[in-house]
Order: sequence, then C-alpha cells, then structure tokens
Amino acid sequence: MSDNKRNQSIVDRIWNFFSSITLAVVVFTVISLTSIVGTIIEQQAEPERSIKLLSKMFGDAAPGVYKVLDALGFTNMYHSWWFFALLFIFAANLVICSLDRLPKIWKLVKEPIKPLNPEQFNVMPIKREAQLKAGPDEVKGTVEAALKKIGYRPLTRREDGSIQIYAEKGRHSRLGVYIVHFSILVILIGAVIGMLFGFNGSLNLLEGTTSSAAYQGNGTAYPLGFEIRCDDFEVSFYDNSDAPKAYKSWLTIIDNGKEVIKKEIDVNNPLKYKGITFYQASYGFSPNKDSLFRFAVMSNAGVVQNIQIKFGESFEIPGTKIVGKVAGFSPALGQDETGRLFTYAEMMNNPAALVEFTEGGKLKYKQWILKRYPQTWKVQDGTVEFKDLWGAQYTGLQVRKDPGVWIVYLGSILMALGLFAAFFMSHSRVWIKLSDEKKTAKVSVAASTNKNKISFEQKIDKFIKTVTG
Amino acid sequence: MDSSQLYGIASIAYILAMVAYISYLAFKNSTLGVIATTITAVGFVSHTLAFFLRWKEFYDIEQMGILRATPLTNLYESLIFFVWCLILGYLIIEWKYKNRSFGAFVTPIAGMALAFIDISGMSKGIQPLVPALQSNWLLAHVTMSFLSYAAFAISFATALMYLIVTTDDKKSGAYIFWTVALGTFMSVLIAMGLDFLTFKIAVKTPEAFIQSYLFKASYRSSSGAVVLISYIASAVFIFLIWKYGFILKKMITSFSISEDMLDDLTYKNIAIGFPIFTLGGLIFGAIWADQAWGKYWSWDPKETWSLITWFVYAFYLHARFLRGWRGSKIAMVAVIGFVCTVFTYLGVNLLLSGLHSYGGQ
Repeated sequence: MSDNKRNQSIVDRIWNFFSSITLAVVVFTVISLTSIVGTIIEQQAEPERSIKLLSKMFGDAAPGVYKVLDALGFTNMYHSWWFFALLFIFAANLVICSLDRLPKIWKLVKEPIKPLNPEQFNVMPIKREAQLKAGPDEVKGTVEAALKKIGYRPLTRREDGSIQIYAEKGRHSRLGVYIVHFSILVILIGAVIGMLFGFNGSLNLLEGTTSSAAYQGNGTAYPLGFEIRCDDFEVSFYDNSDAPKAYKSWLTIIDNGKEVIKKEIDVNNPLKYKGITFYQASYGFSPNKDSLFRFAVMSNAGVVQNIQIKFGESFEIPGTKIVGKVAGFSPALGQDETGRLFTYAEMMNNPAALVEFTEGGKLKYKQWILKRYPQTWKVQDGTVEFKDLWGAQYTGLQVRKDPGVWIVYLGSILMALGLFAAFFMSHSRVWIKLSDEKKTAKVSVAASTNKNKISFEQKIDKFIKTVTG
Repeated sequence: MDSSQLYGIASIAYILAMVAYISYLAFKNSTLGVIATTITAVGFVSHTLAFFLRWKEFYDIEQMGILRATPLTNLYESLIFFVWCLILGYLIIEWKYKNRSFGAFVTPIAGMALAFIDISGMSKGIQPLVPALQSNWLLAHVTMSFLSYAAFAISFATALMYLIVTTDDKKSGAYIFWTVALGTFMSVLIAMGLDFLTFKIAVKTPEAFIQSYLFKASYRSSSGAVVLISYIASAVFIFLIWKYGFILKKMITSFSISEDMLDDLTYKNIAIGFPIFTLGGLIFGAIWADQAWGKYWSWDPKETWSLITWFVYAFYLHARFLRGWRGSKIAMVAVIGFVCTVFTYLGVNLLLSGLHSYGGQ
C-alpha cells in the first residue's frame, strides 16, 4: 500500500516536472542560448579557422577556449548528446503539457452546442436585445435565414412562451493548438528516423566515370546498391559574364548492368532512385591526359565532322590537307589591358584551346578557339567549333537517403493546418431567444467566441440589423 | 522612368513622412498629420509601381518564367520589400484605427532600413539569379518571410508605445527597458543619419565606397576620440530619454490611444506574423532546402536564428494564453522578439556565414 503510494508520487512528480511551463521556458531559453553559440562558432570546421575567429575575442587564450568548447561539444553541438537531450526534454514537455490540457478541450470539442437556461444566458460575454413588430414564429424564419447566410446551421428548441435558436461554428478549431503541438512531435520523429536509418554523404564523379558508393565526411564508403555514372557536367554562364546561370550534370543509373534512368540534374532539380537522392552540390576541375577535346570541324566547302582528340593529338579539316593540333589550353582565358593573354580562374569559366594548323608538316597559323565565343571559331580554312573539354570536370553530388523525410513533410502539412485553425479560425456560438411580448417579439441574443471578440461583436450587430431590417 | 527612380521617390517620401509623423506627434497639428499620410501614400504608390516595374525588368533579363523573376533575390531588394510590407501594414492600421500617432513609431523603422541601404554600400543593381535561387519556392518563401517581419516590426512599435504609456516608475525594470531600447534604436538611427551626411553627401563618387561606411562617422570611426564621443553621446541620449520619458507618454496619451488597444494591436500583429513566419519562413524554407540541397534542416546560422525568433514569439503566445501575462512583461517579450527578427534577417547575413550567403551582398 505504502509502496504503491510512493510510486504514484514519483510518477506524479515526473509528470508535474514535465508538464510545467517553467520547464518549457527554461528549455526554450537554454536551446536558444546554446544555439547562439553554435551560430558563432562554425560547426564541424577546421580547428585553425575557429581558433582564428576566437582569437579576435579572446586573444592569446583562444586555443585554450577552443579546447574547452570542443570538449563541451560546441564545435559540433547540433549533433552532441546534450543537444539531443535538450530536444528530447522539449518534446517530452510538449507532449505532457498537451496531454495535461487536452481532456478539458476534448470535452468542449466533443459536445455540440446546447440551448441555455436563463442563468447561463445572462452571463454570456456578448449580449444584445431588439424588439420586432411580429410574432415569434414569423421572426423565427428570418433569424434562421440570417444565421444560415453567415455560415451557421441553426437548431431550435421550443420552450413555454419562447423559442430558442442556437448555432455554432468552428468548434473543431479549438484543436488547432494541439495539432500544431502534435505536428512538432511528428517532425521530430521524422528527423530521428532520418538520423537512424538514413545516410548523408557526397560523391565526386569525373565525367565518364562510374561509382557504386557514396562517401561520408570521414571517408566511410556507403554502398548504393546500384551504379551511377556521370556522362557530362557543365556550368553555363550569363552572357558576357562569369555569373553562373546553371550547374548541370547528366547522370545515368545502372542497376544490374542495365541502364535504368538517364537524367539531367541541376541545383533545384535532383535525381531520385531507390530511395537515394542525388543533388547537384558542387563541381571541380581536374584535367588529365585522357581528357578529350570535342570539336565539330567544318571545311569551307561545308563538310562537317565531329572529332574528339586528346591534348597533343591532331585532326584534319575534312576534304583538305590542313591538320590541326591542340597545342595549348586555358580553362579561363582572359586578356589584360595590354592585350596579354592569361588564365584568370581555376575553373572552366572560359575554356580556350590553342590550335596549331599545319600543311605538309609546316606551321601555317595558330589560333585560340574559345568555347563560349562563336566568333573565335572561324579559321582560315574552315570552322572549328569547340564543343567541350570532356572528362576534365567532376560533378559534386550530395547523396542522401532519408526514410523519415515524408514524415517530416506530413508533419509540416499538419502544422500548416493546425496553425490555420489556431490563428485564423475561432469557435463562436450564438443563442437567440424569441419571446412573445404583447404582439411584438423580443429578440435576445447571447453569444461567445474564443478569439477576436471585437470583430465578432461587430458581426453580431450586423446580424441583428439584417433581422430587424 | 525606371524602377530605381520610382524607388528613389518612395525612399524620399518615407523619410519626409517620418519627419512629418514625428512633428505631428510633437506638435499635434492636424494639417501635419494629413501631410504625413499623403506623403506616405504617394511613396507607397510609387513603391508599388517600382516593385512591379523591377519585376518586369528582371524578367526581361532572366528569361526564366515570371514567377522566378521576383525581384527579391538580394539584400537590397529584400529590404525594400520589407519596407513595402511595413508601410502597407501601417496604412491599414492608420485607416482602421483612425489614429496617426503610430506613424511616428513605424516610419522610423522604414527610415532606418532605407538609410541602411544607402550607407552600407550594398549593390542596388539587378543581379543575375544564381542557380540555388532558381526555384518557384523563392516567391512564396521570401514574400511570406518579409510579410511576417513587417508584422513583427509593427508589433515592436506598438509594444514600445505600450511600455511608454504604461510605465511611470523610473526605477522599474519595464521603464528602464523601454528607455534603453528606444534610446539605442534612436542612437543607431541618428548615427546612420550622420553617416549619410558625412559620406553620402560629401563624397560624390559612390565607387570610392564599395565598402560599407556604416557607423564610420561614429562608432566605427578611425579616430578613437570620435568613437568615444559617440558612445558617450549615445549614453547621454539614453539617459535623457530615461529622465524625460514621461513627456513622450504625455504626447502619446493625448492621441486617445488606450493601453488595451496597443496591447491588442501588438498581439494581433504577432498572431498574424507568427503563422505566416512558421509556414513561409520555416516550413517553406525547409522544403526548399530539401529540394535544393538535400537537407531540410542543417542548423545553418540563418535557420538557427529563425528558430530562436520562433521560440521567442511562441513564448509570447504561450505566456499570454496560459499564464495570462498581460501588460509590460509581455510587451517586453514582443520587443525582444523583434530584436531577434532583425538579427535573423540582417545580423546573420552580415556577421555570420552560411548557406544563405547570397543575402549578404
């Protein structure tokens, strides 16, 4: 007996602890304050970077301060055990606070509106009265029509000598707050599922290469269960500028030796296969001896031939004895004020090939051919269109598997619905008593709402006007 | 006429309106009030035209579909849109409540945003859309975020007015809180005005000031003496507001504004701003991040700060409904909420790095 009592009091105590608003405030504050620290110290960054930043605030003590912060988990705080613990307390608090208050609200939501007895009628927060020169039964129809017009479905009860018409709207909106609370929980559950069963990594794929795994930050390989190949990667730029317009990768998924999907992806448009999504995240340039220059060569007579050659190899302009050879390359060819050529960037911002043309082994002329500028393609004996340097760029893919993401989406939809109900809907109730007073009808109105009383009062006044004409 | 000229007209109109509203509060001359409203309305019309004209200009350059050419892609465009939302919200309140005294508190926020644009050296040109921003979510995410920021800004103004009207005791926390808050706000505004006078007018070549000259005439001056004087002047200014705060109270109360009305307005603006912020700022932002980067939440500084802001306003709502907090306590929470909003919006872009870096240029 006494044992049972003690157990109960412990449960009670835990319940009271988690259902207290004070806890909510403390958790809100602690999460906020620690998060601020996390936004100042760059997360998962190189120690040198953080120490450099800290030395601005702490001077020579910076390495020491960094060690302390690192030991406390602040350098990767959003994945630290104590931050998870805070989020867990937040969730527990949310659940128990909601459960604590739900029964009362649930009763209100479950019970439809009832007619009022005179005492209840008199204490309603909004009261109005009017006189009409007609019998209550005639007025009844007008009142009901007017109520229907503003979205209520009126019910009637006849009492001795009077009629009570009553109606309500938005009863279920009282649950809005709880739907919002519940949706936060759903989102957190989705996040936990994603963390436990998901994968987040990256993959750099050189044009023309294939991979069957992606890699986590620490280098661990994660087998995809199929293969992915990068067929091509390209950055397109806005005209005459180096502002990037699009990063595009052409990818192929190979499953069991068969090509199953071919898709062009860009930043806001990922590729999804078997629960794994590939996002365009970054790119890089690493030219090598196998990279291929792709040209479309046209003779002055109009014969076109597509050619792909490695650096140093040569090609022939169709139908002529003229031989071209790539003798130089710049990923980003620029010109300074004096007209001197130089490479201005490390990426393929403005790829250019220096092609030497020979006839019978003797150098005839050479010319820079720029991929982005067609006016440079025309040479003396034809046209050399620089289509691509292929196999020199790699695409940086963000690879993700998240079985919890649809739960997060579901939670978001719930939250949107809950917010709408909680902030833009209200539970309003009206009771109208029609009593016979010497050939006139006395109309008494009582009403209540859980939100926005002032505008509801205006609505009631307008309603009375329509009834009295 | 192009969009930048129309923006220019709107900016000048709002600055003049700010002066007019403040004088109206001080002198209670009804002609001044009508002038203030007229100037604001003219500015607003010009601003609206400018916004759509810029949309068209942007569309002509981008050729990417009308929804993606929303001129809301950099700090300048977003600030100017924030001002638009703010003025729209203010005009609705002035019209609904038939009271012009709010103007003296709302228009300085607009003035501050406009001054900030001019002295921070941010680029006003139309910039080509970087790949990350080429999404239909841009329109929904950004417009809703700024609508909510504007609602929070108005709640800040009314909460501050509430504190001014209700506190008397110079030693009470609430009184000190609002005098320091208002004093700091005004000091920053004045410092920006000084920057404007010393640099914008004196220096004719804007190219010389690609770098920001925010607070270079005061708190961040190269001369140590100026810095010291600036801080002392601000402190004295805050002290004066503390000392003579009751005059402000008299001014506001003479406009037949009740405490309840201010409290109600503060609440209403937060009750509108909070769901819009949650949906447009947090949820739509998360969905967009999920589609562009493969992470719906990555604790990037912008996300973290918006969550902090969200916590503060969630606290406001809970304290009000569950604890029945009314009065100065809750008004202080509303003021703090807006400080967090400003930091989420500007502080993160200017001081911290992260995925939202395109907002910093």
